[in-house]
Amino acid sequence: MVPGLTDGSQQRWLLTLLMLVIVALSLVPSLRLLMEALGDLAQGSESPLWRVLQAESTWRALWRSLYTSGLGMLIALLLGSLFAFVITLTDIRGKTGLVFCFMLPMMIPPQVTALSWLQLFGPASPLLKSIGMAPPLGSPQPLYSAEGIALLLGIQSAPLVFLALRTSLLSLPRELVEAARISGARQSQVWGQIILPVTRSGLVAGGAMAFISSLGNFGIPAMLGIPAGYYVLPTLIYQRMASFGTGVLAEMASLSLLIGALALAGVALQQAWMKRSRFGLVGHGGRAHDFALGRWRGGVTALLVAVLLAILVAPLAALVVSSLVPAMGVPLSWETITLNAYHEVIGRQGATWRAVRNSFWLAGSAAVVLMLCSLPLAYCLQRLPRRWQGLALSAIELPYALPGVVLAVACILLFVRPIPLVNVALYGSLGLIFVAYLARFLVVCLKPVAAGLAQLDPSLEEAAQLAGAGPWRRLGGIVLPLVAPALFAGGLLVFLLAVNELTVSALLWSAGNETLGVLIFNLDEGGESVLAAALSVLVVAMVAALMLCLSLLAYRLPRGVVPWQG
Amino acid sequence: MAGLTIESVSKRFGEQTAVDGLSLEIEPGEFVALLGPSGCGKTTMLRMLAGFEAVSAGEIRLGGRTLASRERQVPPEQRNMAMVFQSYALWPHMSVADNVGYPLKLRRLGGEVYRRQVAKALAMVELAPYAQRSPQELSGGQRQRVALARCLVTDPDVVLLDEPLANLDRHLRASMELSFRDFHRRTRATLVYVTHDQSEAMALADRIAVMRDGRLAQWATPQTLYRQPRSAWVASFIGQGSLLDVAAGRPGQRLEEAALMRGLAAVAAERTQPLLVRPEHVTVLPDAPPRQGLQARVESATFRGERYELHLRLESGEALLAYHHTALGEGQQVALTLREGWCLELEI
Repeated sequence: MVPGLTDGSQQRWLLTLLMLVIVALSLVPSLRLLMEALGDLAQGSESPLWRVLQAESTWRALWRSLYTSGLGMLIALLLGSLFAFVITLTDIRGKTGLVFCFMLPMMIPPQVTALSWLQLFGPASPLLKSIGMAPPLGSPQPLYSAEGIALLLGIQSAPLVFLALRTSLLSLPRELVEAARISGARQSQVWGQIILPVTRSGLVAGGAMAFISSLGNFGIPAMLGIPAGYYVLPTLIYQRMASFGTGVLAEMASLSLLIGALALAGVALQQAWMKRSRFGLVGHGGRAHDFALGRWRGGVTALLVAVLLAILVAPLAALVVSSLVPAMGVPLSWETITLNAYHEVIGRQGATWRAVRNSFWLAGSAAVVLMLCSLPLAYCLQRLPRRWQGLALSAIELPYALPGVVLAVACILLFVRPIPLVNVALYGSLGLIFVAYLARFLVVCLKPVAAGLAQLDPSLEEAAQLAGAGPWRRLGGIVLPLVAPALFAGGLLVFLLAVNELTVSALLWSAGNETLGVLIFNLDEGGESVLAAALSVLVVAMVAALMLCLSLLAYRLPRGVVPWQG
Repeated sequence: MAGLTIESVSKRFGEQTAVDGLSLEIEPGEFVALLGPSGCGKTTMLRMLAGFEAVSAGEIRLGGRTLASRERQVPPEQRNMAMVFQSYALWPHMSVADNVGYPLKLRRLGGEVYRRQVAKALAMVELAPYAQRSPQELSGGQRQRVALARCLVTDPDVVLLDEPLANLDRHLRASMELSFRDFHRRTRATLVYVTHDQSEAMALADRIAVMRDGRLAQWATPQTLYRQPRSAWVASFIGQGSLLDVAAGRPGQRLEEAALMRGLAAVAAERTQPLLVRPEHVTVLPDAPPRQGLQARVESATFRGERYELHLRLESGEALLAYHHTALGEGQQVALTLREGWCLELEI
């Protein structure tokens, strides 16, 4: 026996310390925000929170937020459950393609969705012009309205409903359905009397997630609402910050507190509901059911394809058409078609390259840093007592669950003055956005890794331990190779979300530090819709390519890591 | 090679006590089985030996070295033990040879020594041709042998086996039992083997620790366990047999035919000594003249290949198991001779 085995207790300490630091960092922005908003309560009616609560604009924006998100949730529930039920339960063909297409809107950045729909409707729509169906000049753009915002919010968050419901349908034991059918229930009765009641929790969860995500959405109400003077809470904060700068920070903190509390209340309500309607399901889940659609198959397929054409293909086609015309309002034909916009954004606009570089740098390094942290962090979390594990996870999840605007305001508060001791000023630099991304997307990277670790047979690691491997050795030699696909998927997801991120960077960017999301937003606001469209087309292509990469990786990943593959 | 001492070891999980004051003295090179029904604490005991669980009280020593006590806990990676897991725990991202060689790498062995040791270990389990395969390509029995090879490659002080045959089918079990015995004979390592299957334990182990509800029920050789079980519970857990009450003998005594038959004939109130009668010690006389000797009625007969298993009912109402070479009809009256029995401890 050659000795050479070392003591591992010191390394365990290191891991625990790392975890404490990360959890604390996740909590700090929210705590700072809370302090700012509640700090001056002693001033009575002059305190910022009080002033904000008394302002009429606050309550108007709050009502509009609730209205658009509520309506958006209903649309999402309708679309999401239609697709979830048909694709999961029936023998319809081409399921993979349908799922991929339906999930795409979730991954397309909201400002691009909004832009593509704006290109689809309205008097200046190049697509409508090209086919001669454009409304007369001067007629209003129908999307510049509360309902327009709600429609797009619904489409964007429908995949969330789809996913939640699909998960719950897949966990429905096949025996339950078979028992009902052998008892004499027809397919429609099985659906109404067994499946719907049992999967109610999935429906509730999906609806709540759609509502919360719509509440925090910034890109859609910004592109559709601001031109019409229709402000919801996130856009109200953005508009105030844009007009008054850091002078109104205290009031913005109070507004953020309001919307943050609303979102967290939504999360709490959802979890309470889920608990109430959860059943103990016994049997073999995990297999899709296949009700025969029979002669209805053609019709149902046509319906789904038509919906996809309307919510995905038509707006994207409008976007592509818009990017190929010389100017807004010019119809597309063989004479007018031009790649000028692409030349312009890629070749001449210095801002484009800068934004692309910024976004890739931010998203890439955020992904790498988070991948590095995630494995040791997930490893530590797994070893915590169950109750602490839940608390730590909630802390890490907080910056992601809160609307992006709230995190942005919190980060400004935290870094508006140079960091004490080291005296580094983050405000007004890319570094600020980077720190915000780290906090926001940590949970995105952590979840797949934690799922991968949970799937790992503990004896694999115990065997290595008994063979003489210390904690770091086991982490590198045994655990890392086995969860590498999940880790990589987590990093890719972070990159996908961060590279198109708008909400946080809209508040945190400064001249020379714009991101891709901000650039599209600014181009459109500055009337350069054609350039914005060209850039958006490139962004959509990139998103689809990254999603395909993840799909190719999917068979090596734990279930549920790739969001569009249940 | 050093002996393993377990001294009054207890393990509590919150309110629940999994292992309760267990003491065992295991000789160097001994093959020991921890046997008991599921939930008796045997796997917890094994995990405490490995160091995956801390002891709540008591001590574990290897030779002169304290491995675990309330104050000190040597981490698993420094115990120089090896383990075969129920799921084999072969690392799927390494080849068979890499799996086997991993413990050597951790001990910074390389080059020619490394290759020779791995080849030797693989040859010992007859898997040399499979060295470059991935574990997923192997059958259950082959995976089991890779796990064994990984255990013996570093020459550990103790090898722990956690229900290693539980995932195999019956035919494979028999051949793996042989290879375990062979493995032990060649390495002379101290082996601690956890199982709930009494025939497996009896076939393999030098000594068996029978556990019940976290306590040691009996610690003896397989032969002693079978012939001289301490309590009624051990007697019914190991092998087949029937429990009768007699008015003769005292706990830990063997009764011969005459004393036994006399003790059985006493009135019910005087028959207070529990007695184990193994079925091979019952002679069934189907054609004996009526009303002579011990009488019983056949309740059922089960065909077991080499013989029939008879479930009998004595006139006192007690059940008795016996073997016979032919089938007897249900309800048939027979006379019996009990050639020997073992007096058990009275259970409170």
